[in-house]
Amino acid sequence: MDIGSILVNTAQALFSPVTIAFAMAALGLAIHFGFVGLLNFGIAGFMAVGAYGYAISTLTFGFPWWAAFLASMAASALFAVILGIPTLQLRGDYLAIVTIAAAEIVRLLLLSTTWIETTGSADGLVAYANDFRSINPFPSGVYGFGPWSYTANQLWVLLFGLLILAVAVVLLWRLVRSPWGRVIKGIREDEDAVRALGKNVFAYKMQALIVGGIVAGLGGALYVLPSSANPMLFATSLTFFVWTALLLGGAATVFGPLLGAVIFWVLQAFLGSLLPAMADAGLLGALSSAQAGALRFVLVGILLVVIVIVRPQGIVGDKRELTFVRK
Amino acid sequence: MSGSKPLKKTPQKSTGLHVGDAVPGVKKVDPILVADHVSRKFGGLVAVDVEHVEIPRGAITALIGPNGAGKTTLFNLLTGFDKPDTGTWSFSGKDLAGVPAHTVAKMGQVRTFQLTKALGLLTVLENMKLGAKDQAGESLFQSIFPFLWKKQEAEIEERALEILERFKLLKLKDDFAASLSGGQRKLLEMARALMTKPTLVMLDEPMAGVNPALTESLLEHILDLKTEGMTVLFVEHDMHMVRHIADWVIVMAEGRIIAEGPPDEVMKDEAVVDAYLGSHQDVDLGVVTGRITLPKGEK
Amino acid sequence: MADEKNVVVNVDNLVAGYLPGVNILNGCNLIARQGELIGIIGPNGAGKSTLLKAIFGQSKVREGAVFLNGENITGLKADKLVERGVGYVPQNNNVFPSLTIEENLQMGVYQKPDKYEEGLELVTSLFSELGTRLKQRAGSLSGGERQMVAMGRALMMNPSVLLLDEPSAGLSPVRQDEAFLRVSDINKAGVTTIMVEQNARRCLQICDRGYVLDQGKDAVTGSGRDLLTDPKVIELYLGSLGA
Repeated sequence: MDIGSILVNTAQALFSPVTIAFAMAALGLAIHFGFVGLLNFGIAGFMAVGAYGYAISTLTFGFPWWAAFLASMAASALFAVILGIPTLQLRGDYLAIVTIAAAEIVRLLLLSTTWIETTGSADGLVAYANDFRSINPFPSGVYGFGPWSYTANQLWVLLFGLLILAVAVVLLWRLVRSPWGRVIKGIREDEDAVRALGKNVFAYKMQALIVGGIVAGLGGALYVLPSSANPMLFATSLTFFVWTALLLGGAATVFGPLLGAVIFWVLQAFLGSLLPAMADAGLLGALSSAQAGALRFVLVGILLVVIVIVRPQGIVGDKRELTFVRK
Repeated sequence: MSGSKPLKKTPQKSTGLHVGDAVPGVKKVDPILVADHVSRKFGGLVAVDVEHVEIPRGAITALIGPNGAGKTTLFNLLTGFDKPDTGTWSFSGKDLAGVPAHTVAKMGQVRTFQLTKALGLLTVLENMKLGAKDQAGESLFQSIFPFLWKKQEAEIEERALEILERFKLLKLKDDFAASLSGGQRKLLEMARALMTKPTLVMLDEPMAGVNPALTESLLEHILDLKTEGMTVLFVEHDMHMVRHIADWVIVMAEGRIIAEGPPDEVMKDEAVVDAYLGSHQDVDLGVVTGRITLPKGEK
Repeated sequence: MADEKNVVVNVDNLVAGYLPGVNILNGCNLIARQGELIGIIGPNGAGKSTLLKAIFGQSKVREGAVFLNGENITGLKADKLVERGVGYVPQNNNVFPSLTIEENLQMGVYQKPDKYEEGLELVTSLFSELGTRLKQRAGSLSGGERQMVAMGRALMMNPSVLLLDEPSAGLSPVRQDEAFLRVSDINKAGVTTIMVEQNARRCLQICDRGYVLDQGKDAVTGSGRDLLTDPKVIELYLGSLGA
């Protein structure tokens, strides 16, 4: 077993574009669930809309990189509105079911061959990052050291992602500590009480859905920026990975999602290297290395169940704030 | 037979509120709320069926009646928390049909709930600040620039602390509302409602679950509301309390108004006694059950 | 008059609560003798309901003990207590709304179904209305009627001790009076009764002895009559309006 390469893979996950994209998605979901209490089980749909929003506006409409980002955000906002109008009045469990369906609809529409010129259908889309790369300030070469070595393009995606993440965190931090955040906190606990004080509860919930949706959509765009966009990436399993990362870190906090995303991906990378190596070394019985690699997803599922039962508030969360018992 | 500590204020009752005889649906000299033909059915059950009712401005009106009479449903209908099947009603002349609950609250008609809705995960002070209207900081875009709302927030906090002091909740201001006792939460809900600067305060069973000693302080706060020019409409079961502070009483039973009038008159009304008060209202149950025999014929 | 042998329920220095580290009862004592009607009053959070629940094994007892007819029943589960002749009427959710009155009463004799006829006779003799409406769904009843069914259900096993948690809660004045009269009738039929109440005035008017709880302890105790006119109780708790 090559311990060295297992460690390298694990270390890389600590600081990679995928991790950052995940952190953004988890942050968006934190707004939805942690702060407003909306059971959004379609976060993968928001990520898909954000990702394809960027890719399609570049490839089909020839947008420059900054316009493509704006288009991605607009697409996510629109998706939030379309999803929100019929569903925000629904009871929690019904909202959950509808959001799963909505995400699947998005994925299937992207998979369909009807718009294959625009969406690429099952082959997905590639080569939409050229304009983005053209503004890369770093000349070509290798940067960093040890397991954290990047090409100029990789470094650029990484730093840009970090910048967007930092801006998002600052904005959300401010939001949460403002009177707007106070209204949201009240809504999570009891909508009628807040209504009786003259606040338009529906408008606030919609605003939160849009803000969280835009953040998650940007996460989707960052997710596909280094490589290619493909409907397969945005299956329901992605939603549950984001949930696991969120709950692991702490759903009702701003830093919890970041922590959870990092731990999640580091774990994924670790198990993804360790388990096949163990299988090859014959330590996992008759399991082939491919099967062993898939085993990590089983372990993720178990982890999610354990967190929800044992510590639903996550690592940095406050137990009083987050309980799964709702009226 | 009275206790040792009377209320600090003797309530100044308002009189001359009605026009003509005190019958159900009687017109008021200066009504703040007028409702016509309001009805609401749940399945086959008639919850509310009110021909006409007017709530007098600047007075304290009590809404009494047995459980299931429709009092809370009427509250919900008048404040936009429920939609009636038929009916029109207006608040200070403004038509309220179809107006959503939050808009009704913004117009100055604030209500509390039977099961207190003090937001437990917020602190007492945060609960209070939430009550203030027209906060710039509550707008999504303005909230991320603290300099746009810091000053207003400080003003709101000052007002909140003032009210908390009056309600004797000041030293609890940084505690989570969930850690307050039931009675304290009722006080908080009332204090918070005052932050909205209402004209009409509708209290749904404000004394429920509050021990009698705290009841007195709550009563005084309700009297204060009247002194400050607000109109109060409250639902209660405690007849002593009703008799003590209400200027006007409306009695509901089975969805209809069966009597209206000043407290003393209404409580003598036969229909009201049958449906609601019971004939033992002022009698010691120990006597009724034969457990004690009173020596001097005292009550 | 120390009828120590007549003591049916003896709560000895009870310390109990729900959440870890938080005690609601802090050394509470109570004695109920055969045939007595005991009232427990006090402010919110004083531990009234917790005391009742601790007797019935529904809250965690950390120190102290509860004795029933001399037997230590501390921590025994509810079904064991029903076996031993203890009936309990909770404050909320005390009937099965989707079941009829008859079925609710049948649930009362769950442990001994063949006692149904006997129990039904006792209950309908106390609450004649129930006998005529056996097929009505409990969910369609008003608050006061549900109280009656809940009490009836607890009486089906002909218990020797009845625990009631705020039987008058949420009821209109006339129904409250009816509820108190019913409790008095049940007690007169020979059932040792312990009731927790928010309506202190009415409770003290009918009970033999009362306990005023404060901060988890039995602060004042005496006969119902004495407590009604005790200035300390009036000032702390009853208020001047109630009289």
